[in-house]
Amino acid sequence: MPINPAAWKVGLDHYLYLSSLLFVFGMLGVLMRRNVIVILMCIELMLNAVNISFIAFSRYAENVNGQVMVFFVMTIAAAEAAVGLALAVTVFKKFREVNIRFFEHLKG
Amino acid sequence: MNNQVLFAILLLAPLVGFLINGFRWKSHNATLAGTIATAMVFISFLCSLGLVSQLFGANAVPSVGAKFFDWINVGGLQVPAAFVIDHISAIMVLVVTGVGTLIHLFSVGYMSHDERPAKYFAYLNLFLFNMLLLILGENLLLMFVGWEGVGLCSYLLIGFWFTDADKAAAGMKAFITNRIGDAGFLLGIFTLFFLFGTVSFSEIIARLPNLAEVGWSGPITLACLFLFVGATGKSAQIPLYVWLPDAMAGPTPVSALIHAATMVTAGVYMIVRLNPLFLLAPNALHVVATVGCATAFFAATIGLTQWDIKKILAYSTVSQLGYMFLACGVGAFGAGLFHVMTHAFFKALMFLGSGSVIHAMHEEQDVRKMGGLRKYLPITHATFLIGWLAIIGIPPFAGFFSKDEILWQSFSSPLGNKVLWIFGVATAGLTSFYMTRLMCLTFWGKSRVSKDVHPHEAPAVMWIPLAVLAVLSTVGGWIGIPAVIGGGDNWLERWFEGVIREPSAFGEPIHSHTLEWSAMGISLSLAVIMATLAYTFYVSNPSLPGRLTQKFHGLYRLIYNKYFVDEFYFGSLINPLVDASKGLWAYVDVNFIDRTTYVIGDVVRGVGSTAKSIQNGNMQQYAMYIALGLAVTMFLILR
Repeated sequence: MPINPAAWKVGLDHYLYLSSLLFVFGMLGVLMRRNVIVILMCIELMLNAVNISFIAFSRYAENVNGQVMVFFVMTIAAAEAAVGLALAVTVFKKFREVNIRFFEHLKG
Repeated sequence: MNNQVLFAILLLAPLVGFLINGFRWKSHNATLAGTIATAMVFISFLCSLGLVSQLFGANAVPSVGAKFFDWINVGGLQVPAAFVIDHISAIMVLVVTGVGTLIHLFSVGYMSHDERPAKYFAYLNLFLFNMLLLILGENLLLMFVGWEGVGLCSYLLIGFWFTDADKAAAGMKAFITNRIGDAGFLLGIFTLFFLFGTVSFSEIIARLPNLAEVGWSGPITLACLFLFVGATGKSAQIPLYVWLPDAMAGPTPVSALIHAATMVTAGVYMIVRLNPLFLLAPNALHVVATVGCATAFFAATIGLTQWDIKKILAYSTVSQLGYMFLACGVGAFGAGLFHVMTHAFFKALMFLGSGSVIHAMHEEQDVRKMGGLRKYLPITHATFLIGWLAIIGIPPFAGFFSKDEILWQSFSSPLGNKVLWIFGVATAGLTSFYMTRLMCLTFWGKSRVSKDVHPHEAPAVMWIPLAVLAVLSTVGGWIGIPAVIGGGDNWLERWFEGVIREPSAFGEPIHSHTLEWSAMGISLSLAVIMATLAYTFYVSNPSLPGRLTQKFHGLYRLIYNKYFVDEFYFGSLINPLVDASKGLWAYVDVNFIDRTTYVIGDVVRGVGSTAKSIQNGNMQQYAMYIALGLAVTMFLILR
């Protein structure tokens, strides 16, 4: 069966498959990993997976609304990373490790 | 002063006394506490004199009353806090406050060595307040409040020396027995409210139908019987009389005030108050007469054999109360109330006299250890003698007129009959016998007092009430001298005209002076014969009673043990009830009810301990739940 190059054209659905795949990877990382730094990175992964779907929809719908949204997401991701890293640093200072289980001590 | 103020003072004075003594109940000062209490009751007495005097004279009114406020006003039920003194309650209120004052005064001496006199006088004043509510209340509910209140005070005072388990038990017995009667009284009130839509005495009486119109008087008979159940509890009639003899565990002045002169006559008073109602229910009246007559006779026989001076008087009280119900039952309500009054005088006198004897004998109540006390207690003996003459019905003492009136009415009234009269006369004979026996064993004959007891005459504060009551027991009957003796009218009959109706609907009473004279003669001569007999038995020939009891050993044992009524009640009712309750507790309660609650608790706890592992503080697990929830939601939306 000859390969039809037109069928290889990258469309909206491919972006969405990629986006959801990345999102699930990120989510699994958040749920399973114990290292806070890795968890933060996984959160970034999830956010960026969402960004991909935004961009894809933006192109598909031929307006810039999705791209504007991405800027917001990136801003918030930066802020979130700053706060998360600060917490990670504090935990590291206290316990010489950045395992998530130390956050249980925040229960008071 | 207007009547409202007089009524307020009349009612509230004992309550104030109760509060004063109640707040200083730890005080040991019997004289102070007694003075306060006595003064308060005396104030009530003066107020009631002021109010009753308005019923006399040229511009006499049929009744004085006062309404203070609307007590209950719900839907069809309107109950004002209204009080009334009419020709019926006038007699009661004077007796209660008058005799009450004397007994309070006596108590000052009697309780002088007690540990908690203030508490005693507080209870006594509270009793007076409730008794006044009962007497003066213009509706059944107010009467019921007083009715319950006097029951409570009776309980508190019977068990006043509650460290003695027997006395505490006597208090409980009185209370529980009275509760049975009270339930009947409440049912009676409900029935009357259901029938007439009101609980006010005057309105009920105004709404009564004619006997001819009613024809079938079932509901009214039912109401009357319910009320009579209440009366049997409070006034110690068969089958609920058993508490009264035990109630003698209380201090003797309490026995005089509550269990002889006032509270126990509440049942009679209630029936007299509702006399037009009862006259519509001849069947209920027959029951009243029969029960009253049976109680009179039955209690008198028990009185023959008792050795405790207070127990003899207690059975005598039950017997005399039976007379009053006999009077009510044959439609002679006036005679019943007349006997309430004279009985209050002479029985209070005898109880206080016995109190004086007990006081002198250092708390000894057994008449076998007395005898010959006339020498040591001349005043007590003299007053007791008058009480004795009054109760056995020797003219011109008070008891003669009232008892004779009852006996004659039970014979002559259209509701009466010869059987009632025969038993009434027989009871009069028995009364004469056991009272003479009491006199012989206590005051006359040889002294059996043990060497280390030195009887002494009571102080003035105790013998003055005795003297006053002795005078009243002498002259108290003169207000009801029957026409056949006095020539003119019976003053008391005229006094009750209008408020107490005649049983004329059932036929004509027997009018025969010959019969009346001979009935009087029979009962009088029987009383004298029995008194002589008792004197022979216990003074002239003391060995005779012993031989007689030997001969009639079985009968004597039966009567001496009060016909085993208490044992019968315990065997047939109380023990089965207690056993059934214990069985319910040990099996049903423990195995079923308790277990059910335990199982429910265990289930809840198990579910909780399983479910609490979900909330373990692990954030990643929480995030997991969120993700799962999201996944499920997505699945449901995108399906």
